[in-house]
Amino acid sequence: MSAVDHVKRERMIRARNRALVAVLVALVALFYIVTIVRIRG
Amino acid sequence: MTELSETRPAAALSFTGSSAAGVGDFVEILKPRVMSLVVFTGFVGLAIAPGHLHPVLAAVAVLCIAVGAGAAGAINMWYERDIDAIMRRTAARPLPAGRMMPGEALGFGVVLAVGSVLMMALVVNIVAAGLLASTICFYVFVYTIWLKRRTPQNIVIGGAAGAFPPLIGWAAVTGDIGWGAIALFAIVFFWTPPHFWALSLYRAEDYAKAGIPMLPVVAGAKETKRQMLFYTIVLVPVSAAPWLMGITGAFYGVWALVLSALFTGSAVRVWRDESERSARQMFGYSLLYLLLIFSLLLVDRAGAVWLRGGGQ
Repeated sequence: MSAVDHVKRERMIRARNRALVAVLVALVALFYIVTIVRIRG
Repeated sequence: MTELSETRPAAALSFTGSSAAGVGDFVEILKPRVMSLVVFTGFVGLAIAPGHLHPVLAAVAVLCIAVGAGAAGAINMWYERDIDAIMRRTAARPLPAGRMMPGEALGFGVVLAVGSVLMMALVVNIVAAGLLASTICFYVFVYTIWLKRRTPQNIVIGGAAGAFPPLIGWAAVTGDIGWGAIALFAIVFFWTPPHFWALSLYRAEDYAKAGIPMLPVVAGAKETKRQMLFYTIVLVPVSAAPWLMGITGAFYGVWALVLSALFTGSAVRVWRDESERSARQMFGYSLLYLLLIFSLLLVDRAGAVWLRGGGQ
């Protein structure tokens, strides 16, 4: 693997990790909101 | 039933080394365009169902429908990567193009499928979750794995999977399956064959190359056009069913009849025309037709709510 490919791949993995973190944070927030809605009836 | 391809081509791709899949590739295998139509019909089912669902829970229900549909699309792309590589229309997808490993697509699809069903069960209700699970299973096992490569009626039976979302939306509100939901199911069910056959008429060569027994490949263009016309005629009363059943008002009913008559007219044009042009136009109109029919259902319901509220 060339240096350029390596850098590109690292960047891709970082972007994927960031997207995954964003999805997980959104899920946590969603469960908070759903819980509040459920508790309030 | 005519059988063209019982065995999977040996061209199943295998990749060695690390994956080059980016975030965009993961989004692409969710089939966002199909997902948008599914989300819309699911939302309309939810909006016109009798009863009330908190807006947050309704949004979660629509999100679960979207994610479930995307998951089914991802598993479909995993299974069909061999034929996708042969067809011009699908050769650039992440799996056949070699940007994503098969295991990644399968894992992604399964996790999303399980997650969306669990979330629907926990947040909305068990009936909607059961329907969502059935839809995903039907699309993957009945349509993708069983029917698609075996029978020219693949679209007719497999089309039921695409007709489920309004049923899921309805069940999210009511907790059961009413006649109104079945009417919405029937509209999408009878719309699917002429929609897909219009596409397969001008993609027949691609499908034949991949060994998929689509109706134009197996029975020819003339028979396909005859069956397309049959389904559009059936769709005329079916599209008016929500009005006839008293779920919507005359506003929807009249426009549904007009749009369905135009859809039948486009099928007649395809039947008479030897060129591909009319089939392409009909495919475009079929998308517009479904969008307008479901938009009319929404508008009619919004109008009814507004009138009940004294026009305030």
